[in-house]
Amino acid sequence: MEEQSYIKGIIHGVSTLLIGMKTTIKEFFTKKVTEQYPENRATLEISPRFRGMLVMPSDENGNNKCVACGLCQMNCPNDTISITSETITDEETGKKKKVLVKYEYDLGSCMFCQICVNVCPHDAIEFDTEFENSVFDRSKLLLTLNKK
Amino acid sequence: MFDFSIITQWIHSLLCTYMPEQLAIFLECVLIGVIILLAYAIIAIIMIYMERKVCAAFQCRLGPTRVGPYGTIQVFADVLKMLIKEIIEIRHADKFLYNLAPYIVIISSILAFSCLPISKGLEVLDFNVGIFFLMAASSIGVVGILLAGWSSNNKYSLIGAMRSGAQMISYELSVGLSLLTMVVLTDTMQLSEIVEQQADGWFIFKGHIPALIAFVIYLIAGNAEVNRGPFDLPEAESELTAGYHTEYSGMHFGFFYVAEFVNLFIISGIAATIFFGGWMPLHIAGLDGFNAVMDYIPGFVWFFGKAFFVVFLLMWIKWTFPRLRIDQILTLEWKYLVPIGLFNLLLMVIIVVFNLHF
Repeated sequence: MEEQSYIKGIIHGVSTLLIGMKTTIKEFFTKKVTEQYPENRATLEISPRFRGMLVMPSDENGNNKCVACGLCQMNCPNDTISITSETITDEETGKKKKVLVKYEYDLGSCMFCQICVNVCPHDAIEFDTEFENSVFDRSKLLLTLNKK
Repeated sequence: MFDFSIITQWIHSLLCTYMPEQLAIFLECVLIGVIILLAYAIIAIIMIYMERKVCAAFQCRLGPTRVGPYGTIQVFADVLKMLIKEIIEIRHADKFLYNLAPYIVIISSILAFSCLPISKGLEVLDFNVGIFFLMAASSIGVVGILLAGWSSNNKYSLIGAMRSGAQMISYELSVGLSLLTMVVLTDTMQLSEIVEQQADGWFIFKGHIPALIAFVIYLIAGNAEVNRGPFDLPEAESELTAGYHTEYSGMHFGFFYVAEFVNLFIISGIAATIFFGGWMPLHIAGLDGFNAVMDYIPGFVWFFGKAFFVVFLLMWIKWTFPRLRIDQILTLEWKYLVPIGLFNLLLMVIIVVFNLHF
């Protein structure tokens, strides 16, 4: 930084300090971000990128996008996901196709790294912001994500 | 304006009818002492609550909300916790000085506190060198801080106390200069007289430019005096754990903590008294109806309103600026505030001599 004269230095210093004070007084009147959690359950706002629990979105008929490729299962560092699939033959075309039977997810061993979501080629799974995950029994953490 | 000396005179004459005058005066002294300690504690509690709320708002948080409505009972809970904690006597410490230090700090703070004119007729210590006494009393506190650091047998405490000594003794000068600037304008050092003179306009308006400069210098130096805000390096948490009160626990720590907050209030109270007219309502010359309405608001409301406004200013500064280094602090004082203060004093003298003030 170049050397400033004494008077110039004072003026510059005061003006920068005033800019800082302007910034904080704006912050003083902005809406506060504190969530008063148990009371405001209904209006609770959680960042959409928060990783609470793995879910598999499905449409109204219960169909999901999973093709049972097993990439998520292979990439999971904790062996949290286990996929059961079967091969069926399409009656019209006669082609063989892999179909998901059971998508098991162990919330208790998940470390929320999001690798499974990143590797999924069809965006069939995602993390939602549900975070009230505590239960009394570990077996209740074993979830089956697909509905059909 | 309601004069509280009517009440105090009435109490005095009432007591004199039942007992000899000497005993009555003694009783009144005890009573006033109790009231001052009570007010001291209440202001400390209000200040701590305000600090937490204001700090939270500046950081986009809510602050305490759980204990009591809006968290108002939180501070009482904290005080209670502090009271029942053990006071630990550490080994190889100078026991006598170690136990004495917090009391010196709090006594100097209470002495300065009792100088503040709260309302008309509500002045505890009021004599012709009031400002001198106030400055002398408030600077005893640095002795307590130095003793606390020295007697704790802890290098962090010692470094904190030494920084604090260098800082407080330096900034005393700027506080003195800016108060002196206002004394030039008022022609008196008696606090009640200073307030009376501001009946037709506060000194920050009457003294215009030099008064404004003196006020800014006073705010900066006063903030440094109480080891707060950007000048809190005597207790810089990240460097010195807690500075001079590292080794203190329980209520001895509480005394330092409370004294720090009430010192902030005292600094603001003096600023309110000298620059904003103390308990004097806002009077604008020519608007008699407006002045009459303002007179209906009691004096202590004006005083506390102004004092807490200055407290807010200081908190705003504290939660905005980062901490200064020790060399930056001394540079700010000796190369900027003192020369500007001296120049400002000269300017004020010129303005008073040529009668350029309002």
